[in-house]
Amino acid sequence: MRVALFLTCVNDTLYPDTGRAVVKLLTRLGVEVDFPSGQSCCGQAHYNTGYRHEAEPLARHFSDVFREYEAIVTPSGSCGAMVRELYPRLGERARDEGRGDGLARTLAPVVPKTYELTEFLVDVLGVTDVGAYYPHTVTYHPTCHGLRGLGLGDRPRRLLRAVKGLELVELPGAEECCGFGGTFALKNAEVSAAMGADKVRNAESTGAEVLCAADNSCLMHIGGTMSRLRTGMRPVHIAEILASTEEEPTA
Amino acid sequence: MTGTYLGMPAFPRAAHDAVRNPVLRGNLRHATHTIRAKRARAVGELSDWAALREAGRRIKDHTLRHLDRYLEQLEESVTAAGGTVHWAVDADEANRIVARLVRETGESEVVKVKSMATQEIGLNEALAAEGIRAYETDLAELIVQLGEDRPSHILVPAIHRNRGEIRDIFRSEMGAWGRPAPEDLTDRPADLAEAARLHLREKFLRAKVGISGANFMVAETGTLVVVESEGNGRMCLTLPETLISVVGIEKVVPTWRDLEVFLQTLPRSSTAERMNPYTSMWTGTTDGDGPRAFHLVLLDNGRTDTLADRVGRQALRCIRCSACLNVCPVYERAGGHAYGSVYPGPIGAILSPQLRGTASEIDASLPYASSLCGACYEVCPVAIDIPEVLVHLRERVVQGGPAVRQGNKVVLRPARGHAAERAAMRAARWAFSRPGALRAGQRLASRTRRLHPRTLPGPGRAWSDTRDLPAVPAEPFRDWWQRTRGGKDGVR
Amino acid sequence: MSSRERILGRVRRALADVTPDDRPYAEAVPREYLREHGERSVAQTVELLAENLADYRAVVHRADAAELPLLITRLLAERGSREVLVPAGLPPQWLAAAGPVRVHDRAADTAQRLDRVGSVVTGCAVAIAETGTIVLDGSPDQGRRRISLVPDHHICVVRVPDQVVSSVPQALERLDPARPSTWISGPSATSDIELDRVEGVHGPRTLEVILLG
Repeated sequence: MRVALFLTCVNDTLYPDTGRAVVKLLTRLGVEVDFPSGQSCCGQAHYNTGYRHEAEPLARHFSDVFREYEAIVTPSGSCGAMVRELYPRLGERARDEGRGDGLARTLAPVVPKTYELTEFLVDVLGVTDVGAYYPHTVTYHPTCHGLRGLGLGDRPRRLLRAVKGLELVELPGAEECCGFGGTFALKNAEVSAAMGADKVRNAESTGAEVLCAADNSCLMHIGGTMSRLRTGMRPVHIAEILASTEEEPTA
Repeated sequence: MTGTYLGMPAFPRAAHDAVRNPVLRGNLRHATHTIRAKRARAVGELSDWAALREAGRRIKDHTLRHLDRYLEQLEESVTAAGGTVHWAVDADEANRIVARLVRETGESEVVKVKSMATQEIGLNEALAAEGIRAYETDLAELIVQLGEDRPSHILVPAIHRNRGEIRDIFRSEMGAWGRPAPEDLTDRPADLAEAARLHLREKFLRAKVGISGANFMVAETGTLVVVESEGNGRMCLTLPETLISVVGIEKVVPTWRDLEVFLQTLPRSSTAERMNPYTSMWTGTTDGDGPRAFHLVLLDNGRTDTLADRVGRQALRCIRCSACLNVCPVYERAGGHAYGSVYPGPIGAILSPQLRGTASEIDASLPYASSLCGACYEVCPVAIDIPEVLVHLRERVVQGGPAVRQGNKVVLRPARGHAAERAAMRAARWAFSRPGALRAGQRLASRTRRLHPRTLPGPGRAWSDTRDLPAVPAEPFRDWWQRTRGGKDGVR
Repeated sequence: MSSRERILGRVRRALADVTPDDRPYAEAVPREYLREHGERSVAQTVELLAENLADYRAVVHRADAAELPLLITRLLAERGSREVLVPAGLPPQWLAAAGPVRVHDRAADTAQRLDRVGSVVTGCAVAIAETGTIVLDGSPDQGRRRISLVPDHHICVVRVPDQVVSSVPQALERLDPARPSTWISGPSATSDIELDRVEGVHGPRTLEVILLG
């Protein structure tokens, strides 16, 4: 199976460890991973901020880069949701504007074969025990676009429960948004920060060492709040936990 | 809509005080979390919830799609049943019609059932200008009216008040409006409800004119439906001699049978009850029972403009349950007043900028008052994809484009204040379309990473005032990949 | 142009992009929800009605035809009402043993007059088990809407099992849209203080439901 890693622009630039973890994890599971170097950004920030027309060339570019692969795996619930939920909508809206079927046809091939990482593991590879070892107390925050957009359900938790040495503790108010919301974090900074602080307080109340999620954008906001509030907790992407083994533990 | 809230600052500034007010935050948190859990239980009781939601969506969509036909049918049915139908293009016209109808009865006071439409048009103020006093009779509306306050929630307009604050308002203000509250009034909810009962009783018993809205209007039968809890609705709908109902045109449903869907989804979504305590249904007038005269004022006030928008028209499905407010993390922290409209919360953020347009500062900021978390869409009993409409309205704000205002096709200009953002988005699109440029930027960031501050100047402070920045890594992923061919070279 | 014509014109222009759906309404709106939730025997449905009525603080009693007059008498005595409102078509035997003065519902009576009456006894049109709701439709044994509203104590007699249905859809099927109807689920209540339910506001603060069968 030719699997492409769509790392996302945020992870590529700021969180290369997450990318290395995905590569390590998938390789360990026998998947041959490629990183098409033409990739950049799915266009989510543009689309969600109201710049749909600016997002269109990025979506076309995404399709050009990834269309030949059998599966496209991304360690981001929100970028995954952008491709799966919103690319079809880009096509529809272009059609509504009298611009024909071109965009819809260009984007259609990549939509069904784009998977968020935990989806790919559970649904495509059919594994929940990925042979990981991570001797820490972890609480899991389901990010909104993964939870309500892609419907990841209990997949991430099932994967975490199968990790050796990992104690998973329930996060109070888990399904509530952390307050990131892309440009929302800047445009409504005070409300965003208040949501973040509440999320961090809930996470702290669990006594866990690590808050885990499947989206580094949310973790950037939560982690930035954690360090500002001087909590002892660390934000860690789920890929880094699942990649960790007894032989090669993640720091 | 009326100018009641014109001059409101943009949402972020309006939310500033609420976010920092611990009492308000506590009140909102307590109330919304209480109802959230209860709603989930009430909805969980119905195994066919998804099918009810889908049927509700389809009924509303079908009705909107043929709205002209159903409005004409409704007018015919109401008229045949002894009612009189009036049509109001906007708030001013609706207010004029109601004021005239009240004057024609010779009365100078009216009792009102809680109604979003009459709040939207500012009816109380318009009646006051005509020398007519309107008494709000819903408990929360009474609290708002006595406190000279503004509503902050669709279902519970005084949600921002806790029991202690309500007691204080009752004690100090009731006397000026009628029967005073007892001297020793406590903050027990039962005692507060009793005080409201005694205060309003005399008004109900002598009222000659009642004013209401309606939750539903049935086109085939001419039946109107009001869903309530306290019995103030029943009082206003049955004791006066004249009843005037002001109802948005989108509240029509085709058939009697359609009520079977909404009478299951509305109470469970709004008060989290299997059924609300009282629902009144009436068809025109009935000899010897209830008002002798019934007037229905059908209100447009921006609804047809909303209907003209292919994406935004789904907002007209709304049955005003307020479930979206109760689950919204932004509403919980910003409070209802920050939305600058009688329609706060997620539904308000898509309804106000459509009913009123996006010209004002507050209306242009409402589409951004959301992290797009999707909790609102998930609980909506008529499946309004609120995030979809929010993003669509953001586009209207930054990009402008065709829209309908007051029935006329217009081309909106992009809103001011987005120039820097627009330039940044274009630049980002340019860089992202050219991986070489992206890579150059990443490398520059990595090379200069030791120089990066942990806080940012200028607009970046919005982030770094409350959150640390992530450290920039020594190399972006793509460089590692190229250097090691994905780790195959063993260099880690 | 009248406002009516203006609004209808705007609606038609707004829908210019929409393809009309000319299918019959039943086809255009498929309904895949249930007519009732769960399978129950008649006795179980009545039991569920009693449970759900009680859950929203209605006081539930059971009686057969012979016991009913004494039960009503006892409830009125316990309440201490000197007068009881009676709809014109209430079966006379229901109140055969009652002590309080019967006030017959007359159109001439003012709301203030009704406010001085302590209790009211009515029948009902239909009762809904799943929601714990009784529906009054102004039939002769129920009277005008105001009589079950102004007095603070409402005794409602439900004939079981004939008047009991499982669900909201089944209730609507039995009702005549031309008649004004009042759906009652427990005594009056409010959620307006901190979004928590408190019983007892403007409508009757005590609702007693007698399941007659």
